[in-house]
Amino acid sequence: MKCQKCDKPATFHITELEKGKHQQELHLCEEHARLYLTQTEPEPGSQPTLAGALAQQLAVGQTAEELEKLDKKACPVCGITFFEFRNQGRLGCPHDYIFFEKELEPLIANIHGETAHVGKRPHRYAGGTAHKTELIRMRREMKEAISEENYERASRLRDEIRRVEEQTQQSPPE
Amino acid sequence: MDLNALANSTGEWLRASGPESDIVMSSRIRLARNLAEFPFISRATDQDRNEIERQLRERILQIQSSGQLQYINVSELEGIDRQFLVERQLISREHAESHGARGVAIDGREQISLMINEEDHLRIQCMHSGLDLAAAWEQINQIDDLIEERVTYAFHPRLGYLTACPTNVGTGVRVSVMLHLPALVITKQIEKVFRSLQKISLAVRGLYGEGSQAMGDFYQISNQITLGRTELDLVQQVGDVVPVLIDYERRAREFLVREKHETLHDQVSRAYGILRTAQTISSEETMHLLSRVRMGVNLGLIPDLAIPDLNELFIHTQPAHLQKLRGVELDTEDRNIERARYLRSHLNKPDGHGAEHN
Repeated sequence: MKCQKCDKPATFHITELEKGKHQQELHLCEEHARLYLTQTEPEPGSQPTLAGALAQQLAVGQTAEELEKLDKKACPVCGITFFEFRNQGRLGCPHDYIFFEKELEPLIANIHGETAHVGKRPHRYAGGTAHKTELIRMRREMKEAISEENYERASRLRDEIRRVEEQTQQSPPE
Repeated sequence: MDLNALANSTGEWLRASGPESDIVMSSRIRLARNLAEFPFISRATDQDRNEIERQLRERILQIQSSGQLQYINVSELEGIDRQFLVERQLISREHAESHGARGVAIDGREQISLMINEEDHLRIQCMHSGLDLAAAWEQINQIDDLIEERVTYAFHPRLGYLTACPTNVGTGVRVSVMLHLPALVITKQIEKVFRSLQKISLAVRGLYGEGSQAMGDFYQISNQITLGRTELDLVQQVGDVVPVLIDYERRAREFLVREKHETLHDQVSRAYGILRTAQTISSEETMHLLSRVRMGVNLGLIPDLAIPDLNELFIHTQPAHLQKLRGVELDTEDRNIERARYLRSHLNKPDGHGAEHN
């Protein structure tokens, strides 16, 4: 089912119960649901919307040119632009959290009220993760090289990918 | 996995065996996880998706010691079978409607579901009957540990588990409880409940059946925040509010019994009467009437019906279930006729169940 306000899938289904009226049902995407809920709940201190948080953060001290420049900023690993993220609300790869850190920080603080994880940690990660992020970039670049018919570059990347894959598989869990 | 056999069985969470199961239908916890070496789903190529699906499937199937997990290749299923898994709450609607390589691993009791290539690479879900969040957490935490021994999750030392949407970052935990709150709806207090829950950062969702139709008086309460608090804190936050809501609903029921007994008994009896005699009935009306009857059973107004049977009717009268049980595809009109027939046959059993109620 599509969102009633845009073309995204509706993931929020809200039943509005108003006195003396029939139940009104709304089917909205995440962004519009948050917007709707904060509109009907205009109290200060209530949870800001994802879109609202972004807008607020973008509006502070930025000119139209700066905004345009920010929207064009693209992750070197997965290639997603900040505009695409704003548009679809989904990030492109784990490295985005590092590459867009400055932009995401206020957004994350707005959503969660905190910026540091205090829960469970996997037994293995850290050192291996940087190599693994490299794999995302190299696989993307290889695909681009193939589509540009640059087979020499593609084959160099393929060898490099194999080397990193072997390396990360051999490294013991941290 | 044989989906036709699954259609005839009942998942553990529908058995009303857990604590407070007159009001709490189920307790569910899910974890969002991603592999460190692949882009998130929005930027994944078909090849990436295939590889993520292959790696996770192989590793998930390795962890089972007694072969209790069965894998379903969702991308190869017919639409009706995908819809069936949604109605069963084993996959999400988004997962059913998505495209490309994806699948789900399910245990025989339908407590565990591991969705591959949903919004995140892996979504682990554990669902228990009644209010039983502690058991659900213990189970899901163990599964997560076992998978984590075999893969490298995308994890950031400060931000925690990295997810496709920043709303899930940190723990990746969504703790939710599905509550049946008909008396709060009848007494028009549900809105107040919504408001107070939003103030403490809990989300409320109505549950839905066919198309856009409401699923009678069932509401899902879940945490919104996933970062800066431990998993157990989040489990506790949701767990702490549920007894308050149960108490609120019970008081509303007591009020109705005390002050509006005839009206209440009349509503319940009429609902039961329609369900037992209707010749054609929509999914929406069925949900609404079953909700009234469920409350009536809990209040002792209908002595000859059991809650697990009613829970089963809620699921079995959904569109895909009806068609799976009947073994043929039906259009809306024929489904309404089949639904009424199914309800009559289950509520007017020859052994006297339901038949002597007046």
